[in-house]
Amino acid sequence: MGESSSHESFRTTLLDRRILTATDVPGLYQRSEGFEAVVRGLSGALAATVPEGPVETRYLAPVMPRDVLEDSDYVTSFPNLMGVVSSFLGGEGDLSELRRRVGSGEDWGALVDPTEVALCSAACHQLYPTLAGSTVPDEGFDLQVEAYCFRHEPSEDPARMQSFRMREVVRLGSPERALAHRDQGVERVRAVLAELGLEADVVEANDPFFGRGGRMLAADQRERALKFELVAPISSAAPGAVASANYHEDHFGRRFEIRRADGSPAHSACVGVGLERVALALYWAHGLEPLDWPRSVRSRLGLA
Amino acid sequence: MDADATIRRVLEEHGRLSTPATALATDDDLYQRGLSSHASVNVMLALEEAFGVEFPDELLRKSTFQSIGSIRGALAGLGNAVPPA
Repeated sequence: MGESSSHESFRTTLLDRRILTATDVPGLYQRSEGFEAVVRGLSGALAATVPEGPVETRYLAPVMPRDVLEDSDYVTSFPNLMGVVSSFLGGEGDLSELRRRVGSGEDWGALVDPTEVALCSAACHQLYPTLAGSTVPDEGFDLQVEAYCFRHEPSEDPARMQSFRMREVVRLGSPERALAHRDQGVERVRAVLAELGLEADVVEANDPFFGRGGRMLAADQRERALKFELVAPISSAAPGAVASANYHEDHFGRRFEIRRADGSPAHSACVGVGLERVALALYWAHGLEPLDWPRSVRSRLGLA
Repeated sequence: MDADATIRRVLEEHGRLSTPATALATDDDLYQRGLSSHASVNVMLALEEAFGVEFPDELLRKSTFQSIGSIRGALAGLGNAVPPA
């Protein structure tokens, strides 16, 4: 693909070729069958590389109980990125005002209220409440998970979708086993990407925690090198994160009362891959027609 | 109420510590006493409100909130930090 460091020309090409179809809201796309085949192939390729015996896999809804935002601290750490599902909770008597506003093209947002449902913030967040109160072995309890996630960050850059899939492997256990999972997971994903013809670099990273308190969390995350990202060109020559690996210490273990055998809070780490981002990186690296991609890449994705 | 007592009150209310804040030594490591990263943010914001100050960026790090002593030192460095009456 092109030398341009801007994502605009790549976006235009993706839309012209109907690989993605844009909507009226920046960052929301419809995917073509070809694009979807790449995503599914990637999902399968990643699943096949998870080591060490049987790992339970869960496919999650794009929505989750709203409580999870609170219990994971997402609501205070990333209030600007979260999504809460609203609905009309009024009675018939309130309906006329809604009808009137919709009819006259006025804003009707104030007439709906948040429900008990939120959009999935991160695939692994949905897991912890289902493990609350349990005890995990020190060597680690691994779960593989895939979900549509949501980030409210409207952008014209196709690499920054508001709704995208994340595939993760999460481990809960001792600090050592959680850390080992993070570090081995990075290499495992990097190896898959290499087989797909993508050379990804590992860089230290921090989450985009919100506000002044967030600056404290981000500085701490970097100081202690808790999070790493795999970066590669996605929609322009400038590398962006296609995967991330995060050691949470006992943050989730403590909040969700997931314990080790000795009763102390379990430590956890997750290694997550942004499926759409990797798919875009493949189009960027190998061209717009998957039929023309190298045979080894096609075969790894099950497209051959 | 002196600064020390105010710091302890904030820690008691926001720190979710495993030890009562009144029983802490000035140099006890609060993170060892169960202060989580997220709780340390709440402590930071509550201290700002209690003392009427704003911590500058260079103090927005976990080490600032490591102990009662380090918090006291940071507040003293801000000059205008006055213990509330």
